[in-house]
Amino acid sequence: MGRTLAEKVWDDHVVRRAEGEPDLLFIDLHLLHEVTSPQAFDGLRQNGRPVRRLDLTIATEDHNTPTLDIDKPIADPVSRAQLETLRKNCAEFGVRLHPLGDVEQGVVHVVGPQLGLTQPGTTVVCGDSHTSTHGAFGALAFGIGTSQVEHVLATQTLPLARPKTMAITVDGELPDGVTAKDLILAIIAKIGTGGGQGYILEYRGSAIEKLSMEARMTICNMSIEAGARAGMIAPDETTFEYIKGRAHAPEGEDWDAAVAYWKTLRTDEDAEFDAEVVIDAASLSPFVTWGTNPGQGAPLSASVPDPASYEDASERLAAEKALEYMGLEAGQALRSIKVDTVFVGSCTNGRIEDLRAAAAIVEGRKVADGVRMLVVPGSARVGLQAVSEGLDVVFKEAGAEWRHAGCSMCLGMNPDQLAPGERSASTSNRNFEGRQGKGGRTHLVSPQVAAATAVLGHLASPADLSDAETRTPAGV
Amino acid sequence: MEAFTTHTGRAVPLRRSNVDTDQIIPAHWLKKVTRDGFEDGLFEAWRKDENFILNRPERQGATVLVAGPDFGTGSSREHAVWALQNYGFKAVISSRFADIFRGNSLKNGLLTVVLEQKIVDALQQLTEQDPQAEITVDLQAREVRAEGITASFELDENSRWRLLNGLDDISITLQNEADIAAYEAKRPSYKPRTLKV
Repeated sequence: MGRTLAEKVWDDHVVRRAEGEPDLLFIDLHLLHEVTSPQAFDGLRQNGRPVRRLDLTIATEDHNTPTLDIDKPIADPVSRAQLETLRKNCAEFGVRLHPLGDVEQGVVHVVGPQLGLTQPGTTVVCGDSHTSTHGAFGALAFGIGTSQVEHVLATQTLPLARPKTMAITVDGELPDGVTAKDLILAIIAKIGTGGGQGYILEYRGSAIEKLSMEARMTICNMSIEAGARAGMIAPDETTFEYIKGRAHAPEGEDWDAAVAYWKTLRTDEDAEFDAEVVIDAASLSPFVTWGTNPGQGAPLSASVPDPASYEDASERLAAEKALEYMGLEAGQALRSIKVDTVFVGSCTNGRIEDLRAAAAIVEGRKVADGVRMLVVPGSARVGLQAVSEGLDVVFKEAGAEWRHAGCSMCLGMNPDQLAPGERSASTSNRNFEGRQGKGGRTHLVSPQVAAATAVLGHLASPADLSDAETRTPAGV
Repeated sequence: MEAFTTHTGRAVPLRRSNVDTDQIIPAHWLKKVTRDGFEDGLFEAWRKDENFILNRPERQGATVLVAGPDFGTGSSREHAVWALQNYGFKAVISSRFADIFRGNSLKNGLLTVVLEQKIVDALQQLTEQDPQAEITVDLQAREVRAEGITASFELDENSRWRLLNGLDDISITLQNEADIAAYEAKRPSYKPRTLKV
């Protein structure tokens, strides 16, 4: 019988297989950041162990880094201590590090692909659940805990039980104005936050094949929000084109050998998935969340659901608690929800295409009174690219704040946070209680919806903007 | 890692589904660079409510958390496991755990036990009605026992063996050094490297 993409990549990395034991898998690329690594380095030190493969390890600073005044000492002493710990550990063990201020610094999941380190058929791990992002290249990529970070540092392997596989087939054309973010939010709403548990997801079908690499990263990034540790997309010409010429892309004969291998990384026609989900792309529309987990979402055109409409008691209770926390009423139109803050950024939607999409909408318009819009590029390089295209000016002229790269308000470990009761439309990946700041309320949206929401002050799609009303005429 | 064989203790029934790791330990706690001292961060936001179950006097000293489905979703932070352990929990029972959280818990000796929802409901009901009721989690017998309830649970033999013996994964893996070296020797040259060697 044929094998799925995930099974092929898995099999190619088995170092040791024995009856009754998890497979020991080789790890091709280990990404580190300041939050989940200090205790792992401590473990190495206590046991006198070195980092086994410095040439497969790279670190950057992202979760704690400020997005303003990055040339000044970090104000929060605890954040500063954590970054200093990473710097000390990397220096002591010899790990390549891109610290704050370095041109290659940024959100770890934006940095890996940008450097060309994320490649098809590789295994990629990081102490961060959004490592699933790298699956967009046909890599087997997943988040790990700190004990596993230490394990990979010491052995470059991980003992793992092989997950099952689930096909998510999306055929047809995404309607105009519907993005990868809308698609993945709709998928999560359909299968639930636990729907992917125990599976590696493979996104396939004509609608997926048409997506750009960046859009594919948005999709794979949120696999974890459906409970799946990893999501993958088979590599194709779009993938090869993206990698070619990047700093760590193979060259010459190595390039040819790599592409020949990468082309074998497709699910065989006679392979069987353990589960299958089918989505009709044409049925989708802009999608937003109303609740406190990423599965609590609905089309923007819909209303806040009535908890009483849920048959399952635990879902009903979860919806009741969510509405209470979010300060929403059942039946209220989603479009009527006013926001205080709009956040464009994160490993989900902080790449250049996302910034271009948001800029195109706010260009010549103004952010609504009383709304603060934060634009945070996913990496220093994305920021530079945006500046070279004049996007920073577009954002600033619209009244948005243009910031330096980092995780920022996705999780509020740095000063970029919501105040209690504040409401955001956010292009990030989690709407958990307090995620963006204590008492903060988050609606997950696409960059396009975020931008339109910033202009109108309530959840909205670009289609809601009327040029005559909101766009400043040229030359004025 | 501390070995886990069997544990008996009072319980905290937590009737919430989708308890994500941001609730278990909020992000600002993740700035710490140690594995201990996370107990005050456990469920920090909910503990501000004096009626939250963890705050009630009769729940002090409880060591078994009986949680709703999809416990531990979200972030990979192992700090969530450390926070539960630092607080004093030895075992968590739920009908479904998020994969990364489950893996992290078993690597730290916090036993996560999967039971059918109706048994979880029964355990919650029992311990809600009688805060003094004890639950025994017996890894040797793969069994959870409480008054009027006996339920067996599954755990793969390898994880069970590691937990029962408190074994360190890294030393086990390093016994297979020859296999790792052999694999490394045959890796293709086109694979990416972060450093020029």
